[in-house]
Amino acid sequence: MPELSYREAVRDALSRAMRDDEDVFIMGEDIAEMGGSMGVTQGLVDEFGPERVRNTPISEMALAGAAIGAAMQGMRPVAEIMYEDFLTLAAEQIVNQAAKHRYMSGGQVTVPVTFRTQGGAGWSPGAQHAQQLESWFVHIPGLKVVFPSTPTDARGLLWSSIYDDNPVVFFEHRTLYGIKEEVGDELEPIPLGQARTHRQGEDVTVIATGRLVHEALAAAKEAEEEGISVEVVDPRTLLPLDEDALISSVKKTNRCVVAHEAVVRGGFGAEVAAVVQYGAFDWLDAPIERVGAKFSPLPFAPVMEDFVVPHANDVLEAIHRTVSRT
Amino acid sequence: MAKVEQKGTLSKSDLREFFREMLLIRRFEEKVEERFRAGELPGFLHVAIGQEAVAVGVCRALVEGDIIASTHRAHGHTLAKGTTPNELMAELYGKLEGCSHGYGGSMHLYDIERGNIGANAVVGGGLPAIVGAALTFKLRCYPRVGVAFFGDGATNIGTFHEALNLAQLWQVPAVFVCENNHWAESTPSWQHMPIEDISQRAVAYGMKAVKVDGQDVEAVYKATRRALEHARGGKGPVFLAVNTYRLVGHYIGDPQVYRSKQELEETRATQDPIEHLRTKLELSGDEVEEIDREVQEIVDASVEFAKNGTDPKPEDALKNVYA
Ligand SMILES: Cc1ncc(C[n+]2csc(CCOP(=O)(O)OP(=O)(O)O)c2C)c(N)n1
Ligand SMILES: [Mg+2]
Repeated sequence: MPELSYREAVRDALSRAMRDDEDVFIMGEDIAEMGGSMGVTQGLVDEFGPERVRNTPISEMALAGAAIGAAMQGMRPVAEIMYEDFLTLAAEQIVNQAAKHRYMSGGQVTVPVTFRTQGGAGWSPGAQHAQQLESWFVHIPGLKVVFPSTPTDARGLLWSSIYDDNPVVFFEHRTLYGIKEEVGDELEPIPLGQARTHRQGEDVTVIATGRLVHEALAAAKEAEEEGISVEVVDPRTLLPLDEDALISSVKKTNRCVVAHEAVVRGGFGAEVAAVVQYGAFDWLDAPIERVGAKFSPLPFAPVMEDFVVPHANDVLEAIHRTVSRT
Repeated sequence: MAKVEQKGTLSKSDLREFFREMLLIRRFEEKVEERFRAGELPGFLHVAIGQEAVAVGVCRALVEGDIIASTHRAHGHTLAKGTTPNELMAELYGKLEGCSHGYGGSMHLYDIERGNIGANAVVGGGLPAIVGAALTFKLRCYPRVGVAFFGDGATNIGTFHEALNLAQLWQVPAVFVCENNHWAESTPSWQHMPIEDISQRAVAYGMKAVKVDGQDVEAVYKATRRALEHARGGKGPVFLAVNTYRLVGHYIGDPQVYRSKQELEETRATQDPIEHLRTKLELSGDEVEEIDREVQEIVDASVEFAKNGTDPKPEDALKNVYA
């Protein structure tokens, strides 16, 4: 079985889809010779040529919109937004156009476009290059939102995103590009809307996304040494959400922590907490704990950045808080 | 930095002062590269080696009260606008003594007191605010001008077009300085815009546009002075299409797979603005060495200053979110 990094896994899904299917093409800033700012699309221009691996000007709104237009004509474009922060520039097209064409036309049209982007802190770029904005898009009917945390998930979910007939915003986490995992020779599509349980446990469920899945797994290991058994579940697709998986896990453990890198307030975890408290109210033995970034923009100085974004010990502390409630 | 007297002509000693400042910026950025590679500097850094004549030529033409908005490639603009090397270096080290007190970093340099309303990590992000600043100057009858720096790549983003249109429509005292270094990261300008003459973009909005040789600091200075006079005199905004060259990678560490070594070496050999000015001023080797020693000392001292600076406390991160 080949071992792929998260970066290679994304690239593998893209190149397989492009090899199989003339309708799939990619575009974005500096994705050709340079392979994108994170090297994800490296080599693709050599295999598929500049017509299908299109460098765009710095025009997020137009490139997102052009991808939408091509999708409405039957293509399956994958548009790369270099940094998640610049989704704000493309937001009009994604939120008002892509998400609504099907609806506004009374079901006449499909918009099978995928917007790939990446974000995440831990490298001190300052306030405009590392935000986590996934919750913005979870609020929009008509969009699907995916956030893989492992190479296998990235590959299988990107494939499904490309072949979904709806617009998908696909979030990659910058600090995960290097992590490796053995994956199957064959690409196995992973259906959108299916959570993955990374670790079984009895005492607490941690529902985590992105980088925090790995932080949660590290915290779970430490908790285990203290005799606390932690289940770690990654929804992987934030919209649609696999509510049953989350609720049934909490019904088993009776305690729940939600964890993501994005700011806690108004974050995706708030939605998860609402879903879980409603679905598992009678089973909960403690309030749901939330882990995420503190309420500030991302500061530059590393000591401050490190303080703002959550780490494994923040998850562990939340686990302690929830198990200490009687 | 000593202020050169505002005048239309430049004496040899003015130009010598420009030379010193350009060399200071160059040595500062070389030091930044070195310290980044040594692992001392966090973050994401872009240097403007090759573009020093633009920063110095433009900022030297400004007067007290004029303001700038900068880009991700902001060190030169910031120094030329009067932020001290110590304060800038301290920022890059993430210290409280830094010009953004450790909150900003290389792409977010602010020095409000000295008229730098912010470097911006979002391409085109600063242009609309310059229109608004210039509108304020107009409404309050202040004889001040707002200057936006941005690159060729930035002329493809919506804010550029919307800001130019609005500035011209409202006839605000603004100067738009387009540093056309022919690249947007790895993308050559022929691949990101279908026209060769970037000033046509301003002309399309009815704006006065002027082409400038950005490797000639005197030319930049003079063109900027005229543009400022125009804007300050209530005749509307001006677009400066400044032709320049980035003699290094897009960011520190960029392997530059997208351009050939040969092209880069040729550009370096022919387009160094500091070399141009040295030749023009007929500076001797000894003279250059003396100036160089002086600016190197300033740069070294800034590193010392920065390293001895104060780290913010982690919880300082929660300050300044709101006024
Ligand atoms: C809105 C936005 N899109 C993309 C980027 C990533 N990016 C940073 S600099 C840059 C190229 C800018 O080119 P140009 O405006 O010519 O300035 P230069 O780097 O040449 O100084 C890009 C694409 C960004 N910072 N902001
Ligand atoms: Mg450029």
